[in-house]
Amino acid sequence: MATEIGKEYVGVQRIVGPLVMIEGIDGVGYDEMVEIVSDDGKLKHGRVLEVGTKAAVVQVFEHTTGLSIGATKMKFLARPVRIPVSEEMLGRTFNALAEPIDGGPPPIPKDLRPVSGAAINPTLRHHPSDFIQTGISAIDAMSTLVRGQKLPVFSASGLEHDRVIAQIIRQAKIIGKQEPFAVVFGAMGLKHDIADFYRKSFEESGAGNNVATFLTLADDPSIERIITPRSALTLAEYLAFDVGMHVLVVLTDMTNYCEALREVATAKGEVPSRKGYPAYLYSDLAALYERAGQVEGRTGSITQLPLLTMPNEDITHPIPDLTGYITEGQIVLSKALQGAGIYPPINVLPSLSRLMNDGIGEGRTREDHRNVSSQLYAAYARVKRVEVLAAVIGEEELSEIDKQYLTFGQHFEKEFIQQAPDEDRSIEETLNLGWKLLKYLPVSELTRVKEEQIAKYLPKD
Amino acid sequence: MHDEPVGKVSWVSGPVVRTMETRGVHMLDMVEVGDERLIGEIIGLNGDQATLQVYEDTTGLKPGSPVYSTGYPLAAELGPGLVTSIYDGILRPLKALADATGIFIGRGVRAPSLSREILWDFTPVVRNGQEVTPGMIIGTVPETERIEHRVMVPPNVSGIVTSVASAGKYKVDQEICRVRTPQGDEVPLMMLQRWPVRQKRPVTRRLPADTPLVTGQRVVDCVFPMVKGGAAAIPGGFGTGKTITQHQLAKWSDADLIVYIGCGERGNEMTEVLVEFPKLIDPHSNRPLMERTILIANTSDMPVAAREASIYTGITLAEYYRDMGYHVALMADSTSRWAEALRELSGRLEEMPAEEGFPAYLATRLAEFYERAGMVETLGGSTGSVSVIGAVSPAGGDFSEPVTQHTSRFIGCFWALDKELASARYYPSINYINSHSAYTEFVADWWKKIGGEKYNWEAMREETVDVLRRDDKLQQIVKLVGEEELPDEQKLILDTARILQNAFLQQSAFDEVDTYSVPEKQLRMLSVILHYYHRGSDVVKRSIPIYKYQQLPVRNEIMRMKSRIPNDKLEEFDTLERAIDEQIDALIAE
Ligand SMILES: Nc1ncnc2c1ncn2[C@@H]1O[C@H](COP(=O)(O)OP(=O)(O)OP(=O)(O)O)[C@@H](O)[C@H]1O
Ligand SMILES: [Mg+2]
Repeated sequence: MATEIGKEYVGVQRIVGPLVMIEGIDGVGYDEMVEIVSDDGKLKHGRVLEVGTKAAVVQVFEHTTGLSIGATKMKFLARPVRIPVSEEMLGRTFNALAEPIDGGPPPIPKDLRPVSGAAINPTLRHHPSDFIQTGISAIDAMSTLVRGQKLPVFSASGLEHDRVIAQIIRQAKIIGKQEPFAVVFGAMGLKHDIADFYRKSFEESGAGNNVATFLTLADDPSIERIITPRSALTLAEYLAFDVGMHVLVVLTDMTNYCEALREVATAKGEVPSRKGYPAYLYSDLAALYERAGQVEGRTGSITQLPLLTMPNEDITHPIPDLTGYITEGQIVLSKALQGAGIYPPINVLPSLSRLMNDGIGEGRTREDHRNVSSQLYAAYARVKRVEVLAAVIGEEELSEIDKQYLTFGQHFEKEFIQQAPDEDRSIEETLNLGWKLLKYLPVSELTRVKEEQIAKYLPKD
Repeated sequence: MHDEPVGKVSWVSGPVVRTMETRGVHMLDMVEVGDERLIGEIIGLNGDQATLQVYEDTTGLKPGSPVYSTGYPLAAELGPGLVTSIYDGILRPLKALADATGIFIGRGVRAPSLSREILWDFTPVVRNGQEVTPGMIIGTVPETERIEHRVMVPPNVSGIVTSVASAGKYKVDQEICRVRTPQGDEVPLMMLQRWPVRQKRPVTRRLPADTPLVTGQRVVDCVFPMVKGGAAAIPGGFGTGKTITQHQLAKWSDADLIVYIGCGERGNEMTEVLVEFPKLIDPHSNRPLMERTILIANTSDMPVAAREASIYTGITLAEYYRDMGYHVALMADSTSRWAEALRELSGRLEEMPAEEGFPAYLATRLAEFYERAGMVETLGGSTGSVSVIGAVSPAGGDFSEPVTQHTSRFIGCFWALDKELASARYYPSINYINSHSAYTEFVADWWKKIGGEKYNWEAMREETVDVLRRDDKLQQIVKLVGEEELPDEQKLILDTARILQNAFLQQSAFDEVDTYSVPEKQLRMLSVILHYYHRGSDVVKRSIPIYKYQQLPVRNEIMRMKSRIPNDKLEEFDTLERAIDEQIDALIAE
């Protein structure tokens, strides 16, 4: 039995992994925030996962080491987990609960907001359609990013995703507009050197003062990661919908986040679904990813760029799979391309932007964009089939047309996908480059572009 | 009824709540939980303990909080005002929620599905002294320019009309008719009626479903046809085109009314419908599409219990309009999210899981849902139908998982979407080898009336499918030896399959002309391609190298006809056919 001290209790029943079971409580609410003091006086935090008339299960964000059955103190705060928000948080670095870890003073909060957020009413969403030029051809032409989109990067360990993301952050712009922007960076289980890489990259680009970072490092307790993206998105919502800024939220690495969820579910003894992940993984991820977009009557926006590493580069693994089912497309990176020396190693075929259609075309990018992109897709898909065939029967045995496709494919990878990490191509350059490559194919193959477009854009050497 | 608590909360875990000291409640009663009066439903009773699923976020809910009962099960409000509206999974109007709590959906907000303020133009159809039976039409209301709302005698009422309102303007909750039952009770009737959503609405009998649901999507109408009153599934991995296909069917199919359920999917997709449908014109009525559309949006970030309910509220609305004599098409995107909601709730209830964590009753629930589709004779004596088209989102894109497998047993159309086609941006990515339709033979007569012998749908369809099958087999050989090694007759098959795929089956949702083809255009297109193919055989038989046939200029016209020839300029196909003959004749004469 825990001894009651006001709203505080001493002593707990059971400690299993990140979970603490406490009995003898009264008046505790579901999802309430808890402060926990270990024997040696260290303050930890948690939240109520399950509550009965006398007992509760509490998830502890920090390590449960140092907690004892007899002496652990628990204080129920009668409110959900919430964080302070303010513009002053830009340029600063915080832990998952928005406490500064950069040595500076705590910023003066404008408001305190619960981190779990709430669903956006679909009648008040504003359908995103502003083209964001990333300067990367494989993205701009083929899987166009628009403002307010949630577009994850699917990577694998050992791939140069950090460089790609840093390049996107550096180069992303809305053509012809200068508007207040901010980056909220939510890092879950990041390695120290990667954290340093991003910090340097932000500083070098001069964007450092527009970036708020929520950092949980690889050696921080894993359960903290469950709060990190929520805190990041809570600040992003404030900056976008209260202050009116255009916010780019980078969440890395969502795989680490999902593993923390699984750890909690396992400790609770829940019935797992695929690969041991909890049955509510879809709903849980959706509650994060849906916190993106634009809403009526507010000027700001939230664009999400989450990163996840696919275990074994398997896109059917539950984490990429469920993410793909929720987000508005995905940018897929490939080891094979990186192995062939191609940067950025973007595999365009499985990549997709579902909002692309509304963000491109006349008045946005260029009138031929949709068709050129579709043509490049069709052609490159054929290249991949021909490559398989060539491996079986030998390149010489291929038909003339298949050989032309192979040539197109080589140039497409080396000239179109490939670009330097500091090369910022305009959409105009990108589309012209696409047309230049289509030149490697006979005109009769170009059935996805209009004849007027061929006349206008296909180079006539 | 709301004032005396019927029990107290004893345990909370997310959307699942247990109560103690519970009395006077029934299974499936709607309840209100805690001081915020969160809406929930009783899903289990055991002694004085009840298990509830709560349709709203339970953060802060404490054991000991009171629970109130509404005394009736989760029911849909039925009446004029449903069409053009957008609701959440438990039929709360999202626009009213927006007025109440702004951009983020708040908790404990109550709003009736139907406005109590709007005055509707009611015209009576029954007279005083007339005998009425369930389903008979009492009067009509122009609900939108497109939909005449037919106010019906509820399924459980019959007797003699003792009073009826004269033509005029009334609110939904005003009495418009009074019926004396054989037992002598006077039953006042309003436009507003209620129906428990988990119970199917009665009909006189089921009718054979033999009229196609014309969708304007060529691969559907001409290869895997759907019928009015049929059930179809669209399984496919993420990004393969389920939602766009559902949107296309919602836009262009020749149903009278569309119920579109966004079940656990993206908010932006619902917004897109909300923005697009009022602007798009329905080719069948020349009115904005929104005038025949009801939207239910329980997006993925909204509570999971309401997601579970959304499928039932949606199909109840569909049945209600069916009972008026309408052909209703219901789209559910995605039934997998609904199944996952079941799994999630079942997990929290600590039930024994069956396959992949899904509860053992998954198959039964799916069967019950798809059974509510059908062409029927309504209680009122007219013909109406509910067609159901469910998207399925298999984990890992693997069709052997339980939801896809069970669903496939209860539907007639299986439109299997293919990842590889989608990644080549080949849409709709319906794989014609793995897909099937059980309705093909039933719709042949309908097509005969449209195309006659000249454009014989059945024969052309058969030939199309045959070419595609033979192509599929040949492709296995091509993978080993390459296309060059094949004789010209076989190359012609490959070539024709390619034309069918690119010039006919592939259809862009985003091209103004191509997005929707009237049945006559579909027949003409098929006829052109097959004609070119038959003439190709002539060429090959004469040992003329096939590349010459492939290089004829008319081929380019064929490849582009889908987006070049609009629905109202079908005579251009005559020109095209003549060009084929001229060029092939010339080639043969060379
Ligand atoms: N008929 C079509 N015409 C043109 N483009 C299409 C068509 N169908 C699908 N697409 C393209 O494919 C993308 C993905 O389609 P869609 O959103 O329908 O996939 P989905 O199967 O519903 O995926 P998820 O399961 O993740 O919701 C669209 O954004 C669009 O770009
Ligand atoms: Mg979809």
